Amino acid sequence: MIALATSTLSVAAYSILPYVALSIGIGGLIWRRKTDRFGWTARSTELLENKVLRFASVLFHLGVLAAIGGHVLGILIPQSFTEAVGLSDEAYHVLAVVGGITAGAAVVIGFAALMYRRIKFPRVRVTTTRMDVVTFVVLGVAIASGMLATLINIPDSVHYRESVAPYFRQIFVLNPDPELMEGVNWIFQFHVTFVWFLYALWPFSRLIHAFTVPVGYPLRSPIVYRPRKAGRPQTGKFGGGSPDYSPSIPAVTKATPEGSGGPDQGS
Amino acid sequence: MKVRAQMGMVMNLDKCIGCHTCSVTCKNVWTNRRGTEYVWFNNVETKPGRGYPVDYEDQAKWKGGWELDRRGKLKLKAGGPLRKLASIFYNPDLPELDAYYDPWTYDYDKLISSPASDQQPVARPKSQVTGDSLDLNWGPNWEDDLAGSAEHAVHDPNFRNIQEEVRQGFEETFMVYLPRICEHCVNPACVASCPSGAMYKREEDGIVLVDQEACRSWRFCVSGCPYKKVYFNWNTGKAEKCNFCFPRIEAGMPTVCSETCVGRLRHLGVVLIDTDRVEAAASVADDKDLLDAQLDLMLDPDDPEVREQALRDGIPADWLDAASNSPVYAMAKKWRIALPLHPEYRTLPMVWYVPPLSPIESVGAELIRDGGDEENIFAAIDQMRIPIGYLASILAAGDPEPVRLSLERLVAMRRYMRDVNLGNEVRPSIATEAGMEPHELEEMFRMVAIGDYDDRYVIPRRHGEVSPDAFTAQGSCGIDFANGAPVPGVGAMTGVDAPDPYGGALASASSGEVTERGALAQEAPDPEFDIRDLLVKRHPAETAGEGDHA
Repeated sequence: MIALATSTLSVAAYSILPYVALSIGIGGLIWRRKTDRFGWTARSTELLENKVLRFASVLFHLGVLAAIGGHVLGILIPQSFTEAVGLSDEAYHVLAVVGGITAGAAVVIGFAALMYRRIKFPRVRVTTTRMDVVTFVVLGVAIASGMLATLINIPDSVHYRESVAPYFRQIFVLNPDPELMEGVNWIFQFHVTFVWFLYALWPFSRLIHAFTVPVGYPLRSPIVYRPRKAGRPQTGKFGGGSPDYSPSIPAVTKATPEGSGGPDQGS
Repeated sequence: MKVRAQMGMVMNLDKCIGCHTCSVTCKNVWTNRRGTEYVWFNNVETKPGRGYPVDYEDQAKWKGGWELDRRGKLKLKAGGPLRKLASIFYNPDLPELDAYYDPWTYDYDKLISSPASDQQPVARPKSQVTGDSLDLNWGPNWEDDLAGSAEHAVHDPNFRNIQEEVRQGFEETFMVYLPRICEHCVNPACVASCPSGAMYKREEDGIVLVDQEACRSWRFCVSGCPYKKVYFNWNTGKAEKCNFCFPRIEAGMPTVCSETCVGRLRHLGVVLIDTDRVEAAASVADDKDLLDAQLDLMLDPDDPEVREQALRDGIPADWLDAASNSPVYAMAKKWRIALPLHPEYRTLPMVWYVPPLSPIESVGAELIRDGGDEENIFAAIDQMRIPIGYLASILAAGDPEPVRLSLERLVAMRRYMRDVNLGNEVRPSIATEAGMEPHELEEMFRMVAIGDYDDRYVIPRRHGEVSPDAFTAQGSCGIDFANGAPVPGVGAMTGVDAPDPYGGALASASSGEVTERGALAQEAPDPEFDIRDLLVKRHPAETAGEGDHA
């Protein structure tokens, strides 16, 4: 329940905005999945430039993965749990700061290099859409504010595990508590509020490719055969199959010329 | 045994004149769109040469195709799925655009719109990607007809494993035209490389396609294909490739490249493949055994047992008849005159090549013209101007024997038929020396030398009555996204909004809109104009009659 003491702005930013953003984000994902599978792609530009991309893309993406992992750990795992497994608050903070700064630095450097590349190389520049520009600005602000928040919290002054983290857990259990956010450092407030715009933007931007991780690839047979009629998987790894294989195209034998009719049988 | 039908092609290099008609017609049909300017599903290379993209045959560099690991198991040369997922943020084996070429057009508008000046106006080359001016130093067929061969052909990777030196002396140069399309392999490395499962072989005819809606821009197909015949559309962010003109094939028509081939050197047909043995065939230890292993996969369509199993596996009877008359089966397996391109890549390619004969350097021309000295024929073939070792490194994993056999049979056919055509006494011994029957040489002559349309193209039509969902599959080959037109829905947000080097003239020309600028400017059509007036002198009464009806 929303406390009466909280201001209207606070309610809007901490209680309403998250659900609006998540609704747009999740609804957008479903809509995009249904209407635009063709546009659901990473839109790689490696063909057009690969020397800067080589380190920038790897640095950025690995940094982002580490940063996302850090956010998940920091938000979802309660302080009581880490204390229970014997990790002191001081040790946890050192881990969080060192990990956060490392991942953040990778993201910042990678992102800056990717932006430099996009502006510097005309071939990459021409593939940039207006939506890309919006995405890069929003992503850039989110990254900058996140990095700044990490640096500001080096002395462990914010105590976000007692404020920001429970605030997020409350959102996920559909019981937001804006008061938890009201006392924290302004940069945390800004970062937490701002990233909702990123989530709302996500399905409509090139960031959509994050939802296409090909996890099934290692389990798949190397050679893929597709039947005309969907729904029946192939049998063997390299396209072979058992003798009881049921055909998708019924055999048309010479003995029964009237068998399956159709005007275009002849060769 | 598990029988599948597979479309294949044979190209007779003996007939290729390097005119590039196949490339141009293919380009006009499939890849004259934004994002595919640099893409040639069909291209014709002059060998020796570096090819398109540059040095694509150098698998030490590009890591395309398959190899055997230490335990003799078949694996992708660039690494398996886990390795690929680990390098998904940067594909270390992907060629950059410059390895193909920076596509360009010319600034033709300058020729007519420049103000009066002391200098002639010049149409400068402009990149079709960025619109910027280019200094041209590489392009499609830059090394055509051995142009600059001292600089380029010496890098041809095919010279690496043979004794031959690159011959640069005027009297001893040689060249071969090599038209290339997607090989529609039985064991395609591109398909195995695709993390999304977007690439697939069609069950009914083995044509390899990219599902444009499932492609996620990971690019491993491009680097995985050792022939570099999967391309990346930089505008849509999707892979595209030769689709064997499947809409035509389904209607029983030959591919555009085949139909328009001036030398009539392409043959199309169906072969029956035992897919239960594909992995074993691609895994034989010695590269030189791959050709035989692949031929062994190609089942005899006249064998009753094969026929019965094929029917059980769902292959229609008219397809089996087409397989019996298949020029691909005849040339590759029956007569063994067609060879696969780089079998050592272990992809079991299905576009085959008849190696070219070439002038004999020292023995002289008597060999064919005068029937030749029986003793000398086999020696003479080794002295043909195009070194057998070179052809073998392209078509037979370095083994000269299959190439020699093919050339011997082509020579035997000429010697034998010369007697037939001149009314001389026919010598069956010519056939038996080449390991064939006289009637086989005559059949071969009909296929190779006469090459009637219906002999070259034996294409069974698709069975539309059992696959009624063609309508829902329309658009899946990707060309409805021509010129980067926005797709419905969010595509409008992701579609690239790049400067158009044609200044919009193409788009307005095709929409019939009148534009003031550029060479493509159109005038309003003359309502009196009738194109037939240009073709024939028409009788005034005829045109007057039409006026009444109009």
